Amino acid sequence: MTITRDKVTPAEPAGVTPRTPWRRKRAFGRYRLAPFLFTVVTAVLFALFFLLPAVLGLSYSMTDYRGWGDAEFIGFANYVALFQDSSFFSALGRTFVYALFSVPVGYCLALGMAVALQSAWSRGKTAARIIFFLPWLVSPIVAGVIWRWMFGESFGFVNFVIAAFGGDSVPWSSNADLSLLVVIMASAWGSAAFNMLLFVAALNNVPQSYYEAASLDGANGWQKFRSITLPSIAPTSLLVILLSTLGQMKEFAMIQALNGGGPGTQNRLIVQYIYETGFARSEIGYASAASMVLLLILLVIAFIQLRIGRRSGSTW
Amino acid sequence: MVDTYAITVPEESRARRKQRRRQRGTVRRSVGPTAMLWVLALLMLFPLLWFLLSSFKPGGELFSYPLSFFPETWTVDGYATAIERVDFGRYLLNTTIVATVTTVLTVFFCASTGYALAKYRNPWLSVLGLCILSMTMLPGEVILNPLFIVIRDLGLYNSLAGVIVPSIITPTGVFMFRQFFVTIPDELIHAARIDGASEVGIFFRIMVPLARPIMLTLGIVSFQWRWNDYLFPLIILGDPDKFTLQIALRALVGAENIDWPVLLGASVLSMIPLVALYLVFQRYITSSNINAGLKD
Repeated sequence: MTITRDKVTPAEPAGVTPRTPWRRKRAFGRYRLAPFLFTVVTAVLFALFFLLPAVLGLSYSMTDYRGWGDAEFIGFANYVALFQDSSFFSALGRTFVYALFSVPVGYCLALGMAVALQSAWSRGKTAARIIFFLPWLVSPIVAGVIWRWMFGESFGFVNFVIAAFGGDSVPWSSNADLSLLVVIMASAWGSAAFNMLLFVAALNNVPQSYYEAASLDGANGWQKFRSITLPSIAPTSLLVILLSTLGQMKEFAMIQALNGGGPGTQNRLIVQYIYETGFARSEIGYASAASMVLLLILLVIAFIQLRIGRRSGSTW
Repeated sequence: MVDTYAITVPEESRARRKQRRRQRGTVRRSVGPTAMLWVLALLMLFPLLWFLLSSFKPGGELFSYPLSFFPETWTVDGYATAIERVDFGRYLLNTTIVATVTTVLTVFFCASTGYALAKYRNPWLSVLGLCILSMTMLPGEVILNPLFIVIRDLGLYNSLAGVIVPSIITPTGVFMFRQFFVTIPDELIHAARIDGASEVGIFFRIMVPLARPIMLTLGIVSFQWRWNDYLFPLIILGDPDKFTLQIALRALVGAENIDWPVLLGASVLSMIPLVALYLVFQRYITSSNINAGLKD
């Protein structure tokens, strides 16, 4: 009696218990039907508006498709042409320059806002929080209009102030580099609120005892910031940097309203290049090839993001 | 030490001095951070404020040097012309339809998908989870042209449905809900099953009410995305009657000679609904622990 019972009891949990949730769900049809019902619309939408375009995009990039008629397979001719296209490279290069400058500016602004909001000693935090968040509501188009209005060459507020102090009016829209500078400031202004939220969450998780210990050792504010705050929020910092890099590589709407990629085509960024090639000139095959190159660049950035995210132990 | 100190210094004066020192310390300590906070706040606010005040200036005053911060004569002519000439009502209606319908559908389908991904396990769901994760890496900008072809071939070109349907699923929304439902204990579901609730009933009658804060957060965020969306409606909508506000504004900025009074008025008007929504629900956005990747 005892022997048989002893033999049975260990066998049962070993074989069944770890997989019970699985087994039991498989046994009942409704545990498979219900999740299917919950997700079927999502799956259809995913297949139709995401998977299908992605596959189509890859195949169009090897054809001379122009949006109607038959598409003829031309192999890698689009890619070869693309790599000899100086306007493609100038758009890509300008996009990199833009991301290279706008990401650090946006990072510093968002971090500064978060630190100022989290400081125990600052006053009027509720009002400041609402103000900090207002630019998030402004659409990229309106943000572009707002900054265009501020930096107008003959009517803008900034040139008026410069003139009032005896300076010459600055060619904010006819000089390509200055024009890009305005775009960089505008993008930092527009994207700061969201990154600030991420920083605030990260700052809340830094143990207060670290700061107390540092105060006892006589550290000043800057030392505390450099040696405690920055290392503690490093995972969030990387996340913000990579997310904004991905976002800035795709900039389109704001720069459209701010200077339309001008003066001329000097500030044309890569998404605008794809849009103009694909829709204005209707060279869908060629634009798809350019999209694939952009995708490759974004994937490299996303790959770095995922690796860093995994190392720091966050789920997504 | 403390005892000798207590003897030499009278109790009352010691307390007062301590308090005074604390007060002085508080003031001194809060000057720096407060100044930094408000310098930043003014920096962020200034472009908006300047824009808003300019929109109340009459056309002549907009360009006459020296510029004044406050309008010398307040006027709403810009707004009136914007509403009259730009067919503002129609664009506002189109944008409201697109943003509202998409938001409702987004919240519903992201909630059900997130719930399924969090609480059930089968091969179908694992594949779907990976698919949705891949969406975060393949942004819409990259598949712009083929997406346009798909929508055109489905007969949705130049219709509001063509803007609404493709933008329902967002990976961010799905993952927000998944992460929330993972924290709900399984025992709740088991108990409901024992009580005879159906799977669909559990979702609608227990899970949806529990997820209300997440629904509000995603709802507001999604509404903002769709309200401010530009690139996607731009490729789908060709007929000026179907334009959303952002495209109409872009048409104003893209004009050969920008009509600034109208542009200023129309821009400010286009922001009002979002600002109102934000002021009502701001705590759902600014105080929620929004996860990374909440960017569309």
